[in-house]
Amino acid sequence: MSVRRFWQRRRRDEDLTREIESYIAHEADLQASKGFSAEDAAWAAQRKLGNKTAVRERVWEMNSLAFVESVWQDLRYAVRMMRMNPGFFAVATVSLALGIGANTAIFQLLDAVRMRMLPVENPQQLVELKIADNKHCCSGNFSDRRPNFTFAQWEQIRAHQQAFSSIFAWGDDQFNLTQSGEAHLAHGLWVTGNYFKTLGVTPLLGRLIESGDDVRGCGTPGTVISYPFWQGHFGGDSAVVGKTLQLDGHPVEVMGVTPASFFGVEVGRNFDIVLPVCAEPLFGGEESHTNHRTHWWLAAIGRLKPGWTIARAAAQVKSISPAVFETTVPEIYRVDDAKYYREYKLTALPASTGISSLRTDYETPLFLLLGITGLVLLIACANLANLTLARASVREREMAVRLAIGAGRGRLIRQLLSESFLLTACGSILGVLVAEALSRYMVAFLTTGENPIFLSLTPDWRLLGFTAAVAILTCLLFGLTPAFRATRTAPAGVMKSAGRGITASRERFSLRRLLVVGQVALSLVLLAASLLFVRSLRNLTTLDAGLRQEGLLVMGIDISRLQYTAERRAAVYQNLLEQVRATPGVDTAATVSVLPLSGNSWNDMFEIPGIVSKDHRLAWFNSISAGYFHTIETPLIAGRDFDQHDTRAATPAAIVNQEFCRKFLSSASPLGKEVRLLTGPGEPESRYQIVGLVKNAKYQFLREDTKPVIFIAENQRPAPAQGIRLLVRSRESFGSLSAGLKRAAEKVDPQMSIQFVPFKTQVEDSLLRDRLMATLSSFFGFLAAALATVGLYGVISYMVARRRSEIGIRMALGASRSNVLRLVLNEAAVLLSAGLIVGTVLALSSGKAAETLLFGLKPTDPLTIAMAVSLLACVALLASFFPALRAARTEPMAALREE
Amino acid sequence: MGRRKASSEGGEMLQGTLDMLILRTVALAPAHGHTIAHAIEQTSDEVLQVEHGSLYPALHRLEDRGLIASFWGTSENNRRAKYYRITPAGKKHLASERSRWNDLVLAVARVLGPAVE
Repeated sequence: MSVRRFWQRRRRDEDLTREIESYIAHEADLQASKGFSAEDAAWAAQRKLGNKTAVRERVWEMNSLAFVESVWQDLRYAVRMMRMNPGFFAVATVSLALGIGANTAIFQLLDAVRMRMLPVENPQQLVELKIADNKHCCSGNFSDRRPNFTFAQWEQIRAHQQAFSSIFAWGDDQFNLTQSGEAHLAHGLWVTGNYFKTLGVTPLLGRLIESGDDVRGCGTPGTVISYPFWQGHFGGDSAVVGKTLQLDGHPVEVMGVTPASFFGVEVGRNFDIVLPVCAEPLFGGEESHTNHRTHWWLAAIGRLKPGWTIARAAAQVKSISPAVFETTVPEIYRVDDAKYYREYKLTALPASTGISSLRTDYETPLFLLLGITGLVLLIACANLANLTLARASVREREMAVRLAIGAGRGRLIRQLLSESFLLTACGSILGVLVAEALSRYMVAFLTTGENPIFLSLTPDWRLLGFTAAVAILTCLLFGLTPAFRATRTAPAGVMKSAGRGITASRERFSLRRLLVVGQVALSLVLLAASLLFVRSLRNLTTLDAGLRQEGLLVMGIDISRLQYTAERRAAVYQNLLEQVRATPGVDTAATVSVLPLSGNSWNDMFEIPGIVSKDHRLAWFNSISAGYFHTIETPLIAGRDFDQHDTRAATPAAIVNQEFCRKFLSSASPLGKEVRLLTGPGEPESRYQIVGLVKNAKYQFLREDTKPVIFIAENQRPAPAQGIRLLVRSRESFGSLSAGLKRAAEKVDPQMSIQFVPFKTQVEDSLLRDRLMATLSSFFGFLAAALATVGLYGVISYMVARRRSEIGIRMALGASRSNVLRLVLNEAAVLLSAGLIVGTVLALSSGKAAETLLFGLKPTDPLTIAMAVSLLACVALLASFFPALRAARTEPMAALREE
Repeated sequence: MGRRKASSEGGEMLQGTLDMLILRTVALAPAHGHTIAHAIEQTSDEVLQVEHGSLYPALHRLEDRGLIASFWGTSENNRRAKYYRITPAGKKHLASERSRWNDLVLAVARVLGPAVE
């Protein structure tokens, strides 16, 4: 009702004006009829009516929403103020945009990775099944990103569980789309038949995998493809259903396409194709996961029955644990492993937000970054508060006049806050754009060829709420205090003084000094943090890993679909290695089963006959060809490398590293000693004679503590794997080299699937998290330092301006320019050192949060903090030097005349 | 920038009295502002002096409450004028106000009692 009136008030006012004129005309007629002259009649009519404008105003007010009206007024006034100070407006908007944008971006990623519900039907009913944490879990062959269960376990779980109305399992895998030559990999999922039905996904085209498709021995019933794959690989062809895809050389028909919003249950990932679990034996061949009780490759999620809680489900699955594990003990487990295995317990965990490896890797960094960006925003707020305070003192008289002529204090505060609000609004709008760019940059940053990140970054209510809350908080933070202060003036006092005293009043100034101290302190914390991350990254990249990373090319070979027997495989690898070594440009080459620094590992228990020990000994293994150490340039210290005599007919040989000697042989010479692997029932015994000793090198990760490693000869392995990696050292560019290597592989078998990646790239990809932290924290650290410097510059300049007359008097009384310079610089130094001291304390006490992310230095590293302190001190002193110089150049006469 | 309080509408007259007088006036026949002002002045024997301008906010308010409706017409002087007429809701309101007023008068009379000389 009143809103309608509000919009009609202009029309109504016109109506009223005509009505009043009509009244006056009638009254004038009346007066005229009484005999007055026309002029007198008109006047009398006016008098009779009273104040025409007042009447209109009263009706206008009745029609307006008083609050909206005054807010609108305030905003228009604020816009005028901003137009008058474009410099202030620009600085404020940009710093707010960066602050709010950075916070929003980081929150957006946290939201996407951690908080968002899966875009499926009733996600809150989804529960993941796992084996409860225990220190003996688990041993075997782990082959995907979430190897929670073996196929045998899954069958038992499905048979015994009662908590879920339906339950599905899935595993991930990669499939080669090309027939020969360089591999083109598709990211695939193995899913059980009720996967899509449980998640409530409906097909975009065709149909999805159903329970009827997933029966043992199904061969290849068909594949479901994702929306992006449909768009990318098939160009969005609407007749895609029924077309055939070559997956690892098997022709598979496309059954259907999933909708664009569906990316599976793993947050941060998308898939290209989905195959039913029953097709796995066909693709896996003799190494099929389905048929091996030691192959862990499935994860399971169920939908709770109505009325069931997660706790009740957890209790139920725990109670079926004996039934699941008693019946599925792997045949080749040793007695002790089998005992531990039978004691495993199942548990249930909420899965409404899906599962994610990103979550474990990036949760701490993202929270840390959110803290960092929060501090940046706080510094920006302090800066703006400072600028606003400075402006407030300029507008002191304006405020005093307004108060004196009867403006309420609340009204003035509201008006000043609308200026802050306007700034925040502009900053937030720009900030959303900054956030968009930044979060996309971060996702692109973390995406590698091996590991494509897929995150849904569309804004949701949580993100909008966060941004709004941050913006409002920001606005209050930098607007409220200055507004309160500005309106606290006693009008009489301000009006009486000429507007400026001889010296600046201390009281108002101290808040601004405090703000600068705070800014310096916080930016020191951020600067120190960024230096920590940068130095940690430097430690990692310059670390001596025990091998030379440059000039090494990794050539991955997959022959799993070529159906070679174990004997043939060994011969093929040997042949391939010789062809590669003969390729022009190749200096040295060797094969390796566990690529160093790739995150893969292979460990096992062993014993050294003749040396008694209570515990089982655990060592890491690698299977290599002769020439491996020469290729990676790890020096052999004693004994010999493998050679052509180490065949399956000869005694198995082993080479160990120094750490192995130190840990298990008390640094005695290992040559001639024997190593025996502990084996389960039915496994052939493995004994190795140590023939060589090499220098330590990193095995799995750059960050690891050096591990004891046993190298065995690839040529002596009874059953070589279905794929192998060659390390090739060359001084040529990898581009030209890979063409030659491709030809070499074609000579061995033209159907071989090949992948190339520079060794260095792979190592760098493993440092993405460190690089992200170093890059972003430096950016924010230097942004913070710049903001604090601007703040200090502002306060010192302001102080110089306020004390201009005082400085004039001092100089008139004989103070030299250097005296004045020192006076101002002293002021700056006091603020700076107070800030630096507080900042150092804060940095030392808050460093703990970053501890787990750092490599090779403590969060309280004194050198880092010293570097941050001196960097900030230099920049800040430089910034205050200019106002000091201005003060020293004051002409005393000019300064005094102004008074 | 203070705002006038809305309760001052109706000048010095008792709250709601002006509304009642307007409603009674237009209840007889549709009338325009000038007529209403003079009618109130005359029927109240010029006891209730109204500044004629203050009539308009009151008219505006009554129209907003749906108690009266307006239309532009031609007056007896052959001039354009905005006429007001009472609505059914206005009639009902007038009736209840009238009885309320009567009750009030009775109550006040009872309190004051017969005049004591």
